[in-house]
Amino acid sequence: MVARRKGRGFLSIRVVESPPNTMNNKHSRTSWRCIVCIKPVPDPSRFDRLRLDPETMLLKRDEVPPVINPLDRNAIEAALEVKHRLGGRVAVVTMAPPSGQEQLVEALALGCDRAFLLTDKAFAGADTLATARTLAAACAKLGRFDLILCGAWSADGSTAQVGPQLAELLGIPDMVHVRRMELSGGKVLAHCHRENGTAVLEAARPALVTLDQDSNKPGLAPMTGIRKALQSKITVWSCRDLGLKPRQVGLAGSPTRMLNVFAASASRKGEIFQGTVDEMTTQLLERLNQEQVLTTGKGGKR
Amino acid sequence: MDFEFASPVKIVQRTARDFARQAVAPLVPGMEETGKFPRPLIRQMAEVGLLGLVTPKKYGGSELGYLARTVALAEISKVSAAVGMSLQVHHMQAAALLDWASKEQKDEYLPRLCRGEYLGTVAVTEPTGGSDLLGMATTARPERGGYLLNGSKCFITNAHLSGAPMIVAKTGEGSRGLSAFIVEKGAPGFVPGRNEHKMGMRGADTGELFFKNCRDPASGLMGDEGEGMKAALKTISEVGRPGMAAVALGILEASYDEALKFSKSRTLYGKPIANLQAIQWHVADIMVDLEATRLLCYRASWLKDRGRPDAATAMTMAKVYATEAACRASRKALEVHGGCGTMMEYAVQRLWRDAMVCVSAGGTTEIGKIVLSRAALN
Repeated sequence: MVARRKGRGFLSIRVVESPPNTMNNKHSRTSWRCIVCIKPVPDPSRFDRLRLDPETMLLKRDEVPPVINPLDRNAIEAALEVKHRLGGRVAVVTMAPPSGQEQLVEALALGCDRAFLLTDKAFAGADTLATARTLAAACAKLGRFDLILCGAWSADGSTAQVGPQLAELLGIPDMVHVRRMELSGGKVLAHCHRENGTAVLEAARPALVTLDQDSNKPGLAPMTGIRKALQSKITVWSCRDLGLKPRQVGLAGSPTRMLNVFAASASRKGEIFQGTVDEMTTQLLERLNQEQVLTTGKGGKR
Repeated sequence: MDFEFASPVKIVQRTARDFARQAVAPLVPGMEETGKFPRPLIRQMAEVGLLGLVTPKKYGGSELGYLARTVALAEISKVSAAVGMSLQVHHMQAAALLDWASKEQKDEYLPRLCRGEYLGTVAVTEPTGGSDLLGMATTARPERGGYLLNGSKCFITNAHLSGAPMIVAKTGEGSRGLSAFIVEKGAPGFVPGRNEHKMGMRGADTGELFFKNCRDPASGLMGDEGEGMKAALKTISEVGRPGMAAVALGILEASYDEALKFSKSRTLYGKPIANLQAIQWHVADIMVDLEATRLLCYRASWLKDRGRPDAATAMTMAKVYATEAACRASRKALEVHGGCGTMMEYAVQRLWRDAMVCVSAGGTTEIGKIVLSRAALN
């Protein structure tokens, strides 16, 4: 099926049955300016140590060190592949507390060229929209870009909203849950994972893609890259630097309100029947009937 | 005091951890089975920069320092102590070259070591023993244009994986009677011997080297004639011992993880054995040993990075404590596993076997205590 879609730079949409899972860039000799948006998240391999502060209802992150959101590493890998094959530069951006520098150093060590830390007390408490607004201001300030890459979702929030919101704010097409990407002649062809197959979307640059886990195999930061990254400068931008007002960002700029956070708990109650096998079976059937577990028919439980 | 790692060390740790999980872990069963080191791993370690951690940038390394090295070795050793040990011995030759080699030798060999053309090694131990340097029998007799080497080395890590090992041999008598040489693989009269069959560190290449009228050109001499003992001792005490301490740290971390994992999943009397005090005491003992080892290893490396003269003593202390603690912890972890711990499909038996090898590598605990008591009493 091929469909044309007007607006926001989409050229075509096609749905195919089998989901491909490899990156395959058809080359054209034009360089691409990529921006990768990353987020520091608590190390997912240590999520078992995450605790919720019962008073503030915020995550106690002290015992779990932050890392680059795993899917953002797929985004970095995809951007570096574009740079390697077609030329261009890769800028990496994060909205985070000052400690977010560490994830930017790692992104530089992986091969990104420039790093930007968006940090300001005013950014605290941002929901996805306020985050996207802040990132959009940074992308606009960076000047001309061809491709913005994000992880499809973050390991901590898992909303998958920031990428599409960022594209909407910038007025560019977005292709989400991308498993395979082809760049050719100034166009992006993206194979996007859908529930029942793969949607193949084509858009002219500039565009935004969010990467799925199986889009590529993220590389490791080589030791020589770490050494080089230490000598690189990280640009820090505040709310004022981005030309935003405090009411547009952080908690003040967030329409979402968190009413409650709780750890879901599954509790079970056990009953022990005693007697002969026949007696226990009878007791069990009575209890199951009592709970309407075995009742069938209209309106009943099965 | 700041007990937090600086950013670069944290990134090194993550890279080493991911590398160990992705590239090393799948190789462990094969290494256990065959006892052979998987050669393609050398290039993979080079690509990620693990081979050049103590080597300056101009030779292709990253020179991220000894704390970064300790952290990386521990992460690798947590998955495979055999690979950790091979890597740490490789660093020994790189460090020895930096300290003692001529400019031409550095230009020739350090980039090759960083590129992973081969794994480095320092060959000191002989059948007569490893700690009695003056008792060594291998000789290097000056002859026109170079030296004639005769003798043998044993228990040499990376013996068959090295393209140009550092050899210490007698050129005279007394403490000034030893000299260090680089001998190219393939030199006439240089023959690698058997690959040792070890109880632990399976897959770490450990073997013999034979020299029979082996001619080494004068350009193979490292440093001045008579500096071999100094070169060997400095390399062993400042690179080899902290390296083995880091390997032991990795074993401790793995022992801790395995003990926790098993004690939480294995049920007895209707509840996890972690609820039993007998198990809790084992876990607490491992935990204390792990933390004490971490602090000793990190501090010793920190001192080395700052060029402090007390680094060598701190490193010996770390080595003595870490290797013994690894034996204790892996045994306790094994006991937490009960009968399962003696089964080959459980990693904990490998940890115990590997820990036992750590004790003698780089100088036994007793040798370490002699060094430490001298530092304390003199």
